[in-house]
Amino acid sequence: MSSRDKIVAEIRKNAPETAPLPEIISTCRYADPVEQFITVLQSIGGTIHRVEREEEARLFLADQAFADRIVVNNVPALGDVTINAYVDANPAAIERVHTVILRGRVGVAENAAVWVPESAMANRLLPFLCQHLVLVLSEKEMVDTLHEAYAAIGAGEEGYGVFIAGPSKTADIEQSLVLGAHGPLSLQVLLVKEGLL
Amino acid sequence: MNTTIKDHSQAASQFLEDKQRARWHDETLWFVRSKRDKAAHGVEEWEQLREMASGIKEHTLSKLDHYLLQFEAAAKANGVQVHWAEDADEHNRIVHAILEKHGAKNVVKSKSMLTEECGLNPYLHNKGINVVDTDLGEYIVQLRNEAPSHIVLPAIHLKKEDVSATFHQHIGTEKGNNDEVYLTRAARRVLREKFITADAAITGVNFAVAETGGIIICTNEGNADLGAHANKVHIACMGFEKIIPQTEHLGVFLRLLARSATGQPITTYSSHFLRPQKGQEMHVVLVNNGRTRQLGRPEFRSALKCIRCAACFNTCPVYRRSGGHSYHNSVAGPIGSVLAPNFDMKKNADLPFASTLCGSCTNVCPVKINLHEQLWHWRQKIVAAGYGGRAKTASMQVMRLVLSNPVLFRVSGAAGRSVMRLVPWAVNNRLNPWYRQRDMPIAPKQSFRQWYQQNRKHEQQG
Repeated sequence: MSSRDKIVAEIRKNAPETAPLPEIISTCRYADPVEQFITVLQSIGGTIHRVEREEEARLFLADQAFADRIVVNNVPALGDVTINAYVDANPAAIERVHTVILRGRVGVAENAAVWVPESAMANRLLPFLCQHLVLVLSEKEMVDTLHEAYAAIGAGEEGYGVFIAGPSKTADIEQSLVLGAHGPLSLQVLLVKEGLL
Repeated sequence: MNTTIKDHSQAASQFLEDKQRARWHDETLWFVRSKRDKAAHGVEEWEQLREMASGIKEHTLSKLDHYLLQFEAAAKANGVQVHWAEDADEHNRIVHAILEKHGAKNVVKSKSMLTEECGLNPYLHNKGINVVDTDLGEYIVQLRNEAPSHIVLPAIHLKKEDVSATFHQHIGTEKGNNDEVYLTRAARRVLREKFITADAAITGVNFAVAETGGIIICTNEGNADLGAHANKVHIACMGFEKIIPQTEHLGVFLRLLARSATGQPITTYSSHFLRPQKGQEMHVVLVNNGRTRQLGRPEFRSALKCIRCAACFNTCPVYRRSGGHSYHNSVAGPIGSVLAPNFDMKKNADLPFASTLCGSCTNVCPVKINLHEQLWHWRQKIVAAGYGGRAKTASMQVMRLVLSNPVLFRVSGAAGRSVMRLVPWAVNNRLNPWYRQRDMPIAPKQSFRQWYQQNRKHEQQG
């Protein structure tokens, strides 16, 4: 008998009576989800940059790219898209990238998480191995809770996706919080007014 | 590594010898518990969330066969290879066979208590495979050849000076530089190099979704993603109880997990792996290792609902004052004390007694496991099986004799009171474990029975 069959048989033998599956009910709503998102983001070490006019979005990208910094952009509204060169890039090349700018899909007010699906990152390593990460989100993409976020992103069209909330961090040395563990040192959310993206 | 196993109370006494450090440990974990409270109180529907989480897990446990087979089929359809392991040894053999097939010699591993439970690191080490633990806390304890002392905060038993000395010895940081940012950045440099030069990655699993065949991994450091995305082979190892029915249920569990664990609203990364990336091989190993036995024990079944947040550790007055290593089990704290006797009742007979049964663990558990009741149930089973220890067995026999004989009960009560009043040094000494941290009470002259008879007589006269 294979381990699979053995485990399944043991489970059937030992399982309790069928218990009902509860329905998910949530009444959590925020008066101003955008404000809530910003407050939480700042409390977890992220920074916010609000963009209200089209030219501000373009200035943002121009401000990032100075000196010999490598900036990889995947958001057309900010300027040239430069991510394609990194689709099959080796890890060592990605490690040299200073800033990666990606389009987020859903912002969650309760915990400042932003959903980034695989299709928005071109290469799964980019948002983790770069030194600084910028996620671009439209104000209208804000939801109150994770329940609404899952309803919006669905179950499984993408091979990979991640909620990112703030910069990588650790408190493993004597419980002292350090921003910038193995992943990016900083996380900035570019929150863009409706209609500009 | 300390290989002789002390029982919990001996190990705890040793932990408490360094008073300053023991106090720091106690206060720091209580601080984490306070952060959990603040985060929980910030969610108005917190109690409803706990109720839903508990209900979803109860339901899943009642249909585990269905959901595991559904998960297997969905994962296979996604191009993920699924393996089943009956015990720790089979799990280790499966992982080794995959690594061997790819000629992998250097492996990066993100936090997985399951692989600790199975002893994967020493197994692979003996086969000539080098495994680097990449969670910062786990990396620190691995360099020190120690086990994690906490499932979420693996190096919570250490101070900055310890980490500094360890890093100085192993990765060449400045001697005596105890700055946490300096030390974290040093580890970052070393580990980033490891991620991108390894041959394969091993990760744990926080949740597996039956409906989609996907796995979800939560970290703050980004180490699971860095390992999994930078390597051609990704092996994810999980106890089969990590399964949940649908994607929408993640909303409930992710709202509870980080708030219960560290007081964060969510971990930095909640990564959803559905299909391997282009050119990559992805494996999921489903492990039993005693879980079906636990499922068949009605009093202890609900411990399989655990989502490994460690809220019960942080709140436990015994854990905070004894440290994780005193539990001699991969999972410490109240949940560890409930899970360990299922593996080996004799070896872990001391653990259900490492509790005051105050119930704080039960109160903070996000999936509503009745932890303190289960600890109490184990005590009954352990004593009945004869593993209660000789002193406990002897004293219980004396108690049974005294409590079942009214005359003997009265005589021994009177004798006890007289001894404590007239010759207090007979009990106020180091032979009496109660006296070590406390004063003995002043004994009253009469028993309650005598008092009651006297006052009742008085009442009747009046």
